[in-house]
Amino acid sequence: MTDTVGIVIVSHSKDIAKGTADMVRQMVGSEVKLAFCGGNSEGGLGTDVPSILEAIDKAWSPKGVAVLVDLGGAETNSEMAVEMLEPERRGRVVVCNAPIVEGAVMAATEAAGGSLLDQVRAVAEELSAS
Amino acid sequence: MLLHPERLKSLVRAAAEQVIASAPELTALDQAIGDGDHGVNMKRGFEAVLGKLETIGTQPLDEALKTIGKTLVMTVGGASGPLYGSFFMGAGDALSHSKRLPDDLAEVFGCGVGAVSARGRSQPGEKTMLDVLFPVLETLRSEAGRPDLIERVRVAASEAVARTVPMQATKGRASFLGARSVGHVDPGAKSSCVLLHAVCKTLEAQ
Repeated sequence: MTDTVGIVIVSHSKDIAKGTADMVRQMVGSEVKLAFCGGNSEGGLGTDVPSILEAIDKAWSPKGVAVLVDLGGAETNSEMAVEMLEPERRGRVVVCNAPIVEGAVMAATEAAGGSLLDQVRAVAEELSAS
Repeated sequence: MLLHPERLKSLVRAAAEQVIASAPELTALDQAIGDGDHGVNMKRGFEAVLGKLETIGTQPLDEALKTIGKTLVMTVGGASGPLYGSFFMGAGDALSHSKRLPDDLAEVFGCGVGAVSARGRSQPGEKTMLDVLFPVLETLRSEAGRPDLIERVRVAASEAVARTVPMQATKGRASFLGARSVGHVDPGAKSSCVLLHAVCKTLEAQ
């Protein structure tokens, strides 16, 4: 299998993260490395840096990883997690400014076609209304 | 720079215990204009800091600050984890790069505040913790060397918290409420004030 960009989904809710991952799988099957996390360390709503680091590691690809997030804390914690990665990985993980469900599905579909990280991110971010 | 271990530990313990004791109040403030998890998140983070107190006590101050910051990042589980974590790691970094206390206190504190601002891509006036941190930084700069500096910091923090009440939030979850965020104390501003007051009280006692 050729390497594809990995996809990580970070939601405040484990159910949303898992549901989004299910929708991604429906589109791309197992062609793309995919991991998700949601909720805080006590099982409540929230986001958690160690879980994000673990998900990035699980979805790791030499082509990099695109992270899709929901609300503010998910973004802040994901950016923090990226900074805590070892230097050789840090530059190859991007947090996308995109809606989580649509962004994840679009990014994964693009990744499955073999696109590079910048292109995967660009496709996801076309969805954001900025 | 090495503080006496007992002195460092008593500062960290006081700050952590005060945040933990304030958890219900922080939660209530966050329930009004946020997602209601600020108190429990901060409590979780500072309990983890207390768990590392013995290690922190033996570290030089720059390393101790970074340990506190990293612990908060890894345990708080909300945006306040990276934000407070960045403050302590930023201040610790400044001390690692030739800044010294007490002479460079304002600069060291300023590096922490700058790290929070960068992490949150936020400025004062958006109804956040920065609305306490910036006025306190200003006080540290303008009142440096005064014998009543601690009292001035305490007052500056309290007044800054009160000034968040009429503000409309433009960052964080409270910004979703628009004008309805007006009329409430910002929970992050309050937790910053709690931390600063605990440090002031302990420094005075020492």
